[in-house]
Amino acid sequence: MAKTLGPVRRKFSPWNDPTAKPLIEFRNVVKRFGDFTAVDDVSLGIYEREFFALLGPSGCGKTTLMRMLAGFEHPSEGEIRLAGASLAGKQPYERPVNMMFQSYALFPHMSVEKNIAFGLVMDKMPKGEIETRVQEMLKLVKLEKFAKRKPHQLSGGQRQRVALARSLAKRPKVLLLDEPLGALDKKLREETQFELMDLQQELGMTFLIVTHDQEEAMTVADRIAVMDHGKLIQVAGPSEIYEQPNSRYVADFIGDINIVEGRVTAIDGGLIRMEAAAPRVSIVMEDDAATSVGATAWMAVRPEKVRISHDAPIETGVNAVHGEVWDIGYIGDTSVYHVKLDDGGTFRAAVANVSRTVERPIGWDDRVWLTWSKTAGVVLTA
Amino acid sequence: MSTEKSRSGRFLLVGIPYAWMLVFFLVPFLIVAKISLSTSVMALPPYAPVVESLTDLWRKIGEFSFFNYLRLVQESIYVESYLSSLWIAFSSTVIMLFIAYPLAYGMARAPKAWRPTLLMLVILPFWTSFLIRVYAWIGILADEGLLNWLLVSLRVVDEPITFLATQRAVYIGIIYSYLPFMVLPLYSSLEKMDETLLEAAQDLGCTSFQAFWRVTFPLSIPGVIAGSFLVFIPAVGEFVIPDLLGGSDTVMIGKTLWEEFFNNRDWPAASAVAITLLLLLVVPIVIFQNAQAKAQEAGR
Ligand SMILES: Nc1ncnc2c1ncn2[C@@H]1O[C@H](COP(=O)(O)OP(=O)(O)O)[C@@H](O)[C@H]1O
Ligand SMILES: [Mg+2]
Repeated sequence: MAKTLGPVRRKFSPWNDPTAKPLIEFRNVVKRFGDFTAVDDVSLGIYEREFFALLGPSGCGKTTLMRMLAGFEHPSEGEIRLAGASLAGKQPYERPVNMMFQSYALFPHMSVEKNIAFGLVMDKMPKGEIETRVQEMLKLVKLEKFAKRKPHQLSGGQRQRVALARSLAKRPKVLLLDEPLGALDKKLREETQFELMDLQQELGMTFLIVTHDQEEAMTVADRIAVMDHGKLIQVAGPSEIYEQPNSRYVADFIGDINIVEGRVTAIDGGLIRMEAAAPRVSIVMEDDAATSVGATAWMAVRPEKVRISHDAPIETGVNAVHGEVWDIGYIGDTSVYHVKLDDGGTFRAAVANVSRTVERPIGWDDRVWLTWSKTAGVVLTA
Repeated sequence: MSTEKSRSGRFLLVGIPYAWMLVFFLVPFLIVAKISLSTSVMALPPYAPVVESLTDLWRKIGEFSFFNYLRLVQESIYVESYLSSLWIAFSSTVIMLFIAYPLAYGMARAPKAWRPTLLMLVILPFWTSFLIRVYAWIGILADEGLLNWLLVSLRVVDEPITFLATQRAVYIGIIYSYLPFMVLPLYSSLEKMDETLLEAAQDLGCTSFQAFWRVTFPLSIPGVIAGSFLVFIPAVGEFVIPDLLGGSDTVMIGKTLWEEFFNNRDWPAASAVAITLLLLLVVPIVIFQNAQAKAQEAGR
């Protein structure tokens, strides 16, 4: 599953710079609808030129958070600041923020070019400049030939590009994208993801994207906020989210992972020892998780970091389980082995298919050993 | 699957409305058209020639004339009635638009749970006969009527205003009677409008007011057109309202037609009036049909 890590990232991490001021700042923002809390005490800083993703299951409050920034909803508590100034009381049309709507919200009575020009006309930009900008936008989203069409004469993908062009035309400081690629098929979606990244780099804008697709978030974003029930669970870069999840929720939400529950038996010098009952295994991990002896903790290790073999390892007591191959998922570049463990539960190991033939291929019903090193996974306390 | 059967089934399906139109619209139309080309006589039926068969028609074709149509142009009462009907219908349509639009807008923006009730209230008057409702307005508009009682007791006026038997009363009657036909199409076009469009407009720099003019109103134009024609077309030929509420100063073509037919027993002239009215209304009806077809095409 290495491809979920996305391309090599530019060196960009203002969030690690204590002198940097965030462009957008949520301060203890709460949003309630009646007695239902949609956004629960969110504090978050997003930096200029950052590509930031809000990730979470449907209904966790992503859209609500974004709509508060655009000005369509108002926080029940807390404050949102943009470039150092509070947004409270600012109407949507007064905010230097544009939104690309989940439903696109194209004006059905206007042609593609009129849709794109809409915001510029409202800004009273001179006619000539509007025309130039619209042409530029049409070219950007490759819709020059469709300028005169009405939205209902376009395909889903083309409409989505019109919506993108319309929200970009005003060159807002911040562009909000609410599940922008939801309606596209996989291939087009991946293409568009890279286009979005290029665009963001080119225009030097700050993008805030909402998605429930973890691969999408991993691909496009500099940082990801994983949300659940209106709360931010973890905010970090894609590789950190993937390699160092801070909870079982995040670990489970992003990619595939094996989780083993155990009791901490010793903590010494950066090593945490655990004993698990099902499967019965002793675990030693190099981790500095804040836990204590006797506490319950979870060891999480990704399938591609688990070694699978017919032969027993030298030290069988630690970080090793054994069982029977129950299913093999062949996903082109990798094979995922689902192993039924002898003392309960299943465990998964992924192996890259590097050569086309293997000497002793592992097959269904084979008895195998699964092992992992003490740096392969993490210890989770929640 | 028998294609033969399904074809005849489809033929039946398309054929029924045509047959209906033929029997109940085209045939009566032709009869009236024929009478309009006849001459008024003191007889029964009160026109000549009376045609008994198709061959008879051929024999008597020389007796038909356009005399009645010539009269429509030459005698000022007809021209006046047509013009005044068109004007009254047009101006009450405009007034209704101004009343119905905010009403329909408010209904469409009301909480979802209220909308069926509001819709019900608009349709409620139809539960009572049209004639009875117009009669009721006589009681309301009379010099000693409810409206004057209210105006005098609120000291808006000192003396009762004469409503009844004036053009004012005709306008009130038409606007009251046809308002629901204006409200309903407006409501349906406003109600199905996607609210995120307004958010998008505001997001792109519109105030709520600008968003209304640039998005809501243009998108409701099919409703405006539908409502306007739905009230304009029947209002032109309206007879009951000017007859019951209007006075001698209100000449409307429906009333003129009635007088021609029942008072003067001049069937041919009355028929000519009717046919001309129909031809006059064909123009707006065709425009209306075109607009509807276009709206249907545009609306997904
Ligand atoms: N206007 C509203 N009134 C009541 N509840 C709402 C409203 N908007 C959103 N919600 C609720 O808030 C929760 C979060 O919604 P949303 O932000 O749209 O989720 P997401 O975009 O993450 O799928 C949902 O349970 C939704 O039903
Ligand atoms: Mg959403």
